[in-house]
Amino acid sequence: MPAAERRERELLSSADVARTIARMAHQVIEKTALSPAGAGDLVLLGIPTRGAHLASRLAALVAEFAGAPVCSGVLDVTLYRDDLRRRPHRPLATTELPPGGVDDRLVVLVDDVLFSGRTVRAALDALRDHGRPRTVQLAVLVDRGHRQLPIRADYVGKNVPTALAEEVGVLLSEVDGRDGVVLRGLGGRAG
Amino acid sequence: MRHLLSTAELSRDVAVELMDTADKLRQALLGRQVRKLPTLRGRTVVTMFYESSTRTRVSFEIAGKWMSADVVNVTAGGSSVGKGESLRDTALTLAAAGADCVVVRHPASGAAHRIAGWLPGVAVVNAGDGTHEHPTQALLDAVTLRERLGGDLDGRRVGIVGDLLHSRVARSNAHLLRLLGAEVVLIAPPTLVPAGIAAWAGGDGSGPLAVSHELDAELPALDAVMVLRVQAERMAGSYFPSAREYAAGYGLGEDRLALLPEHAVVLHPGPMVRGMEIASAVADSPRAAIATQVRNGVHVRMAVLYHLLGAAEEVA
Repeated sequence: MPAAERRERELLSSADVARTIARMAHQVIEKTALSPAGAGDLVLLGIPTRGAHLASRLAALVAEFAGAPVCSGVLDVTLYRDDLRRRPHRPLATTELPPGGVDDRLVVLVDDVLFSGRTVRAALDALRDHGRPRTVQLAVLVDRGHRQLPIRADYVGKNVPTALAEEVGVLLSEVDGRDGVVLRGLGGRAG
Repeated sequence: MRHLLSTAELSRDVAVELMDTADKLRQALLGRQVRKLPTLRGRTVVTMFYESSTRTRVSFEIAGKWMSADVVNVTAGGSSVGKGESLRDTALTLAAAGADCVVVRHPASGAAHRIAGWLPGVAVVNAGDGTHEHPTQALLDAVTLRERLGGDLDGRRVGIVGDLLHSRVARSNAHLLRLLGAEVVLIAPPTLVPAGIAAWAGGDGSGPLAVSHELDAELPALDAVMVLRVQAERMAGSYFPSAREYAAGYGLGEDRLALLPEHAVVLHPGPMVRGMEIASAVADSPRAAIATQVRNGVHVRMAVLYHLLGAAEEVA
């Protein structure tokens, strides 16, 4: 498919992304019944690259709404992927767990797009090697469907029905210079 | 990257990527109860050591095991090599038995290159070939220097002191450090400087290379000094009058440590001969990064195995 023919349609604007993350922060507080006293129990762990930035934004908002500081961190899952030998070399990203680790805490994994579910499976395996969280939940900005594993998210910013050939792009100002979510693909659905 | 045979054939990008991967692995394993990654599950690494070794063999074995590869160790003494089997036949046997990666140390320069040519589809790592190269040692030294000096090696000045003639570590380090933009000063008595050392200044390295016979004159300007072992086992003739005279001229003692700048780091690839090329007090001082080198050696070798075995095979 020649690049020039790929169409791009905006699914979420910059303002939509901000609103969506704020709503997800409220949902985290509601679902975990978070009190200021219990906030130290919560760890938001982002999966690089964009999940890591989402996790720190989400942590800042949860802290603001709940009125207590919340930990966030970064969990690189590259070494746990099941497709390493099907792809060219993948560079590693940084792993940074908050002080105190993940043992007996409530961990919310954060990623930008939920697709096959394989990244989340890798994250669950990675997490197990770092300790034993009390509960693990999953937050994603976009769920685009096409799961290949029995995995679902606890917090979804936006559900987007997609065709397999399409591509969902999450843009974050920390990485891409602006916020937004776009759908890239051919024909019908996009445009 | 299909093999790791020498630092001379590394590009700066690949070298930095390997070093960064080693740093990330160190950080990923930091403070963990389970120091085991599933990355190379089902891959088989065979170490094939025709010369004695403690740290290199052990760290390759630990590196492979921490990444869940199956690691098998073959030594010349306990194998059919003792019955007269050729290097090629031994290598073919290991490949036929299912090795995905062969890590080889051999007294003959070029042994790893030959094996790489004989075994299509098997990744070969040179863990020291004669007086030629020892690329993973140079990588772990560079990772250690970057950690200790707190940043890139661009413009840093590193002295390599001692038995340059028999040292694969010196050659690998000279290539890699210059590739990374550092200045290298090779310091040795004239009898231990190899002929054709000028050729070391070739290659892609951007940093300058100098040769000196005066250790004391060089020390004040160094950011790091790498002390080489005097390789008595490779010495057929006499290269210096006595061990005492060598130590007096080129051994790193406490008096010489005082000539180094405050921030300068002391490295030794091991094994050390205390009292010969390095004084005990220097080896045990906080200025020496010898234990850090060994620790980083495991992470560097993990990084190398990950690069060689952890991705789809490159098309030749």
